[in-house]
Amino acid sequence: MPEARATISPGLHGFHGGLDLEYHKAPACDRPIGEMPLVDEYVLPLHMHIGAPAIPVVSVGDHVRRGQLLARPDDFISAAIHAPTSGVIQAIEPRGLPHPGGLSAQSIVLAADGEDREAEPLDPWPDYQDKSPVELRARLREAGIVGLGGAVFPTAVKLATANPGGVETLVLNGAECEPFISCDDRLMQESPEPILRGAQMMLHAVGASRCLIGVEDNKPQAIEALQAVIDRLADEEDERRLEIKVVPSIYPAGGEKQLIRTLTGIEVPRNRHVTDYQLLCLNVGTVANSWHAVVEGRALTERVVTVAGGGVVEPRNLRVRVGTPMAEVIEAAGGYTEGVDRLLMGGPMMGFALHEDAVPVVKATNCLLAMRPVDRDPTPPPQPCIRCSRCSEACPADLLPQQLYWYARARQFERSHDYHLFDCIECGVCSAVCPSHIPLVQYFRHAKTEIWSAERERAKAEHARRRFEFHNERIERQKAEREAALAKKRAAIKAAQEKAAAKQDADEGGVPAKAKGNSGAASTASTDDGKSAASMSIEAARARAKERKARVQQGERATDEPDGAECPSDESTERPGGSS
Amino acid sequence: MKFPVQTSPHVEAPSNVADMMTVVLWALVPGTVAAVWLLGWGVLFNVALAVGAAWLAEALMLWLRARPFRPALTDRSVLITGWILALCLPNLAPWWLPVVGAVFAVVVAKQLYGGIGYNLFNPAMVGYVVLLVSFPEAMTRWGAPVEGGVASLTLTEAAQWTFLGVLPGATAFDALSQATPLDQWRMVVTQGGDITGASIWQDGAWSLWLNLAFLAGGAWMLYRGAIRWHIPVAMAVGVLLTASLLWGIDPERFADPLFHLVTGGVIFGALFVATDPVTASTTPRGRLVFGFGIGVLAVLIRSFGNYPDGVAFAILLMNLAVPLIDYYTQPPVFGRKARLDVDTEGR
Repeated sequence: MPEARATISPGLHGFHGGLDLEYHKAPACDRPIGEMPLVDEYVLPLHMHIGAPAIPVVSVGDHVRRGQLLARPDDFISAAIHAPTSGVIQAIEPRGLPHPGGLSAQSIVLAADGEDREAEPLDPWPDYQDKSPVELRARLREAGIVGLGGAVFPTAVKLATANPGGVETLVLNGAECEPFISCDDRLMQESPEPILRGAQMMLHAVGASRCLIGVEDNKPQAIEALQAVIDRLADEEDERRLEIKVVPSIYPAGGEKQLIRTLTGIEVPRNRHVTDYQLLCLNVGTVANSWHAVVEGRALTERVVTVAGGGVVEPRNLRVRVGTPMAEVIEAAGGYTEGVDRLLMGGPMMGFALHEDAVPVVKATNCLLAMRPVDRDPTPPPQPCIRCSRCSEACPADLLPQQLYWYARARQFERSHDYHLFDCIECGVCSAVCPSHIPLVQYFRHAKTEIWSAERERAKAEHARRRFEFHNERIERQKAEREAALAKKRAAIKAAQEKAAAKQDADEGGVPAKAKGNSGAASTASTDDGKSAASMSIEAARARAKERKARVQQGERATDEPDGAECPSDESTERPGGSS
Repeated sequence: MKFPVQTSPHVEAPSNVADMMTVVLWALVPGTVAAVWLLGWGVLFNVALAVGAAWLAEALMLWLRARPFRPALTDRSVLITGWILALCLPNLAPWWLPVVGAVFAVVVAKQLYGGIGYNLFNPAMVGYVVLLVSFPEAMTRWGAPVEGGVASLTLTEAAQWTFLGVLPGATAFDALSQATPLDQWRMVVTQGGDITGASIWQDGAWSLWLNLAFLAGGAWMLYRGAIRWHIPVAMAVGVLLTASLLWGIDPERFADPLFHLVTGGVIFGALFVATDPVTASTTPRGRLVFGFGIGVLAVLIRSFGNYPDGVAFAILLMNLAVPLIDYYTQPPVFGRKARLDVDTEGR
């Protein structure tokens, strides 16, 4: 068992850089979460989580009810998908995804019947304390719980990976540092209890001894609501493990590693997991939904989505069923305003622009941000980098974006490596401060994909090279063996001929009188000679056959050698796995 | 509804390069006013000629290189290049001196390298060094603000001198010109004299006022975030340390640290030239190394070299070292600052 020791220092620990952004949380954060009305059609992509796509367990024409399993997780890292309402499975076909590339993927299309009948819920476990961590993880997996902060990593898997080293401290991420987004803020304000109850459950599930809840200081009402419940739990149940930590509102304070650094002073490097430091970080919404799944047996079929920006008439938070087309959600927020030209999923810093609004809300959709040109700073054309270093001063990963840019632009990707390109979290801070308006993050994304594809190419080329070398080797060896066999054969024939000739010579030289005297003797001798030559070649053939047989037996170990019988070889010893 | 797609982030910096350059331009004003006040109208002619020539040279080169005019001519960086060069030139310089220097700086040191952001060397310093090497006599035409000296020339008289090389009435050029303190020091030392007795300071007090004006501009740039403190401070430390060391060894031959700090281009160079972001180191630690290196080299060149002032050469030499400095002074990346005692070998 690894001896992991990471000392958590008290107090707050700011991370390097960061940005004091204009948050634009109002007016959405001031309005209560609304209910998104039912729509006619829901589209559920089978791959809306990290890991393997789910496998449908329903067929076209099936009647389903809300919460019923539609697709089961395919692999260890995968997540279940449930029906958001009751209705009929209309199709299982490729549909457009909310994806920066505008891709389509296999999705379950559900035609709602408008009755919203509930399926039989999973077995509620109000006394989850009696359940083992394994059972709790199985439940989270069954309920399709994934990280709702945006990463959509299956929560059960996250907990499972945490177990080997044990978890001491659970960190709840309620920082919500991106501008415009307020779904977690509203959730904390309106339902602090499921979050904190969920935190208690998670403490049990991972065996942690305390929970730090990180909330940015621009959410005083959420802090107040959570604190009220924490105080009550302390009074009523002597619950002392929950603690709110108010963190400064500096983007990206809600980044997992930035938040952990702020709360604990521990910096988790890129190649390490948070769990290596006996920590676990979960989003507040994830924890609340986990609690619903365990205690009430409710599968994840809805989430809170912030609809914000100057591009919508009535910015607000809505409780939206997963699979609802985004256009309907915008409609429920009053529709677009005049001149909207950009729709983002997520916030303005890390969210991506959508090609169209016909795609569904997925489990990762925390925000729909519609913008008009007037809502944005103008985008002047990029100018050359003057190395002013504002980017590196603001970089929360302590990188030198100006240097990375220089090498990414020059396509010197090796150098980008030296400057720790892969530590970039693509938070967008560097681009947002650049006085030359260079789209730095775009360069870094591009450089990363170039390096990845170069590595793939390299691996492929290496594979092809080795195949080619083996192929050449084999041809060479076969040739050599054929020649050797031929030479042997020739030698044998030659030897036989010589032997026969010598015998003849001896016969002729030894009994000349006989030959003279007996004319028939010569013919006898010649027949003898012929006989012996024949028998010699038969002998040689036998020996060859024997040798070949031995070699075949030996060569049988190289079973998949296609021409093994003809060319038995010891290739199997050279070639790992023996496969070509 | 369909939308055109842009990549994140969808937030733009409110500032731009021209704004940063404007801060520097304003920061140059107090020093320039003080220089005109102390050293006469010649300074103003230098500035006007160098800035104008630099701007025209930039436009010409953009045209030759078929580059868009607008971004480069409006980012104001070329104005700074001309202005800084002008403030390095002698106040009794002929009109062609700033023109030649500025044209060389912009054409060769800036545009031939690819324009703003791509030049390895500080253009103003390249222009200055070219003038120093090519026109050594013209580069020594310094006039000190003594009684009846350069500051007493009227605007017309100064213009006549700058453009026509004519001085009013009975004024002799020698009456106006005076060796700078650095030149005096050099003279004393090369003649085998002892500088402890010689008054190399004597007429140098005015440079204190000039330096104060430059410091005011530097403070403004620091306040506005156009420069960081590292380079000027490290450079001052480099000058003081090296000068102290030499002075400690032989106070008869080597000038005292304070003399080094306030004479020549140390303070001006530290605040306005070495801090040029394009040609300076870009990491915090690298800036300390860069500035310190300039300070050390400047004093060494002054003390042992053939030219009176070494700041320009020191800056150019350290410009050359910037890629190396940047590479070896990278800040530790997130997660690698504190080596935590965590062993995950068993996993």
